Amino acid sequence: MKRIDRSSKVRTGFHQAKWDEPIIYELSTPGERGILVGQPEKAVAEEVEGISAIPVGMARNTKLNLPEMSQSRVLRHYSRLAQQTLGADVNIEIGQGTCTVKYSPKVNDQLANLIREYHPLQDESTVQGILQIFHETDKYMCEISGMDHFSFQPSGGSQGIMTMASVIRSYFKDKSEDRDEIITTIYSHPSDAAAPAVAGFKIIYLQPDPRTGVPDLEQLKAVSGPRTAGYIVANPEDTGVYNSHVKEFVDHIHSIGGLCAYDQANANGLLGVTRARDAGFDMCFFNLHKTFSTPHGCGGPACGATGVQKNLVKYLPAPLVGFDGKKYFLDYETVSNPCAVGKVREWYGVAPVVLKAYCWIRSLGPNGLYQVAKTAVLNNNYMFKKLMELPEVSAYYEDGSNQRVEQARYSLENLTKETGIGTLDIQRRMMDFGMHYWTSHHPFYLPEPMTLEPTETPSKKDIDEYIETLKYVFKEAHENPEIIKTAPHRSVTHQVDESGMDDQATWALSWKTYLKKYTES
Amino acid sequence: MKKIGLIVNPIAGMGGSVGLKGTDNAAAEAFRRGAIPRAGDRAKTALSELLSIKEELFIYTSQGSMGGEIAQELGFRTVIKPEALDDAGKAALMDAGTLPEPLSKTSAADTKSLAEWLLKKEVDLILFAGGDGTARDVYQAVELSACCVGIPAGVKIHSPVYAKNPKAAGQLALLWLTGKVSMTQEEEVLDIDEEQYRKEQINTRLYGYLKVPKERSFTQNRKAPTPLSDAAAIDSIAYEVVRQMEPDTFYIIGAGTTTRGVMEILGLKNTLIGVDLVYNKKLVANDLGGSELLSLIKEKRSKLIVTITGGQGFLFGRGNQQLTPDVIREVGKENIIILATKTKLAALSGRPLFVDTYDEELNHSLCGYYRAIAGYGETIVCRVSDHE
Repeated sequence: MKRIDRSSKVRTGFHQAKWDEPIIYELSTPGERGILVGQPEKAVAEEVEGISAIPVGMARNTKLNLPEMSQSRVLRHYSRLAQQTLGADVNIEIGQGTCTVKYSPKVNDQLANLIREYHPLQDESTVQGILQIFHETDKYMCEISGMDHFSFQPSGGSQGIMTMASVIRSYFKDKSEDRDEIITTIYSHPSDAAAPAVAGFKIIYLQPDPRTGVPDLEQLKAVSGPRTAGYIVANPEDTGVYNSHVKEFVDHIHSIGGLCAYDQANANGLLGVTRARDAGFDMCFFNLHKTFSTPHGCGGPACGATGVQKNLVKYLPAPLVGFDGKKYFLDYETVSNPCAVGKVREWYGVAPVVLKAYCWIRSLGPNGLYQVAKTAVLNNNYMFKKLMELPEVSAYYEDGSNQRVEQARYSLENLTKETGIGTLDIQRRMMDFGMHYWTSHHPFYLPEPMTLEPTETPSKKDIDEYIETLKYVFKEAHENPEIIKTAPHRSVTHQVDESGMDDQATWALSWKTYLKKYTES
Repeated sequence: MKKIGLIVNPIAGMGGSVGLKGTDNAAAEAFRRGAIPRAGDRAKTALSELLSIKEELFIYTSQGSMGGEIAQELGFRTVIKPEALDDAGKAALMDAGTLPEPLSKTSAADTKSLAEWLLKKEVDLILFAGGDGTARDVYQAVELSACCVGIPAGVKIHSPVYAKNPKAAGQLALLWLTGKVSMTQEEEVLDIDEEQYRKEQINTRLYGYLKVPKERSFTQNRKAPTPLSDAAAIDSIAYEVVRQMEPDTFYIIGAGTTTRGVMEILGLKNTLIGVDLVYNKKLVANDLGGSELLSLIKEKRSKLIVTITGGQGFLFGRGNQQLTPDVIREVGKENIIILATKTKLAALSGRPLFVDTYDEELNHSLCGYYRAIAGYGETIVCRVSDHE
């Protein structure tokens, strides 16, 4: 029997499932049923009020518009869609720079199933277990960051930043100080500007020194003053470059009466190495779905756990989770200050997410967390060295002494100059090998950017496969650029016409809107 | 011994400070409006950088204002091109006798014929002083057969064949001649598509390529028009500007698509490549020249709204010369409002914004950090510099 040759490191035979599956509403057949809901027994119907108990103003008066389909067809529909996604379970997620996509241990999903029947409105006495987990995770986060109390209410990174900006706003409201400016950097996550803007602040971006990749203190001093409410930054930034002078920045902001907030959504290179509070920051947040392994879930459920130093605890969103020595409880008292944030979301956090993060931390322990950081940094720097050996790849802000931390932004401008192939072309072609690849947040401050982040999850073999695939595609750029320009060829769909993406008049973000805009109703 | 060719377009740049959009076919009008030719001075600044290798250098050029005058003045060894213009040629090129004598004799044909002669003489480098029009003429004569460096002296300077300023052009030439820079790069020769321009759209047109010594910090990036997806950014910036507008204050609106957004929000007519004046959100005048502008704002409260030219990173000196040093001084540094979309700033890759007016002291005083408006409630800190 012939053995299959698996010596090639590059998956040239890959092909994504391609089902040409319609929108589920297009599969609807009038009269077709998936479930026949049983009618209640006569005795029950006589006893219970039923639908008539719903207040008149809330009762539906139009027909429910759900697609009419059999169960097997629904099952096929969603299974096919799942096959058409290139998720973290099937591909090597090095290509998702700044997203920190690491392995989400399946055992934690199993453990989270234990609480899937819980409801946030249950009496506290019936959910002591999960409240204990919230409380202990809070303590772990404090130990990791140096902060004094965490809220798990923000359900995502941007909401975490929004919470930090809201705490800043509360603080100055309480002091009756009129400060409306937040300073950030262009390489911090765009939400470090967008979220405070939503919270009502004016945003000032610092630009990096073109040699070092980080802003200099003089620039900060030139634009900070009595209107500065806060300094909100990520460090290391999207480029992977670390500002080792960040404490001087913090000290300066403090000297003019402002607060400092650390975007630690991605703390993968810092666990056990450095703490937000030690750099002087007044608050920070972690993305449990990044650093702490909970699934990214394609936009949720997630958690932007936000922690503050003790003087700011009273402004956090309500409720916190407290422990009085005997029992766990929802603490509204500590955050009852009239200037406090109030709420950024219902309830006190997405329980399964906090539970999974708790399990991950417990399974690693403090030495394990430190090992995570070391492995992530090692993986990234191994990859960096290998990629920088390629003539097609370069990196800015390389002064020989500032190694990247856990991720790196490269530039493919050499490749583009030689072959005309750009970073977006490479992105599409990498999909033909079952790989993700990410460029940069917009706008592209660096030319032809490529931002990659291995995390601690991939093995050397995995990293090598990613590098070999990139090399393969770079070779194609020189020898057969057409195949890249017209990629993808083995993906779910071919090139999509993006020309209308900028035009709000053409957008349809739901089936309902699509019908309204594009069909006769 | 090294040989360089020098081409000076003596009327280049004259249209700028008086509100003409170029000097081609408008030299007489420029003179009438009081423009002073400065291309020669700019060339002189560049050439001065080569004085250190004077003994090993020959400058090939035409007599008089096209280069010979300056070369000889500085004491270089000069080789003058023999003149061969016939009377018909001279008559066709003269501008109805309203120009001073030496200037009236030069034209695009002279530039081209000098360039062709320089090619024949196999010079190591061609240094030319002018604007986009001059670059086009040089290109038509030499194409990729010679290494060239442009000394910026024209009104429209889109082509990245031009150095950042005359001094930088001279320094680049020196690096090339002394072998410290040996790589060349093809740079685009551009000009504004005139048909598009008349339709109020800035669209650069590619005319060709010139070979330029490859030293990134000395030449300028292609002046890129604002891409369509920036339209929202421009709106956002414009709303912020209008929100901040103070009563009883003159607002000078500089050239460009980003500043045009402000005029559109206000519902006022604007000139895309000209300078307009607004007061209490009403239009005072369109397309003003430097001295007119100065007389209107003298001793009054005023603010100047400018944008960086896409891809070039210049605030003053590359297509908005109506904003003369006197006007800028009258407004005052603290009243300069810079507008810049994030995309435009990204194209600068962290390099500072440049100022290059004719007034070096003013250039120097304008240096420092500014908060450029990049969107509604958003500013980006920019550094303004008068040198690399």
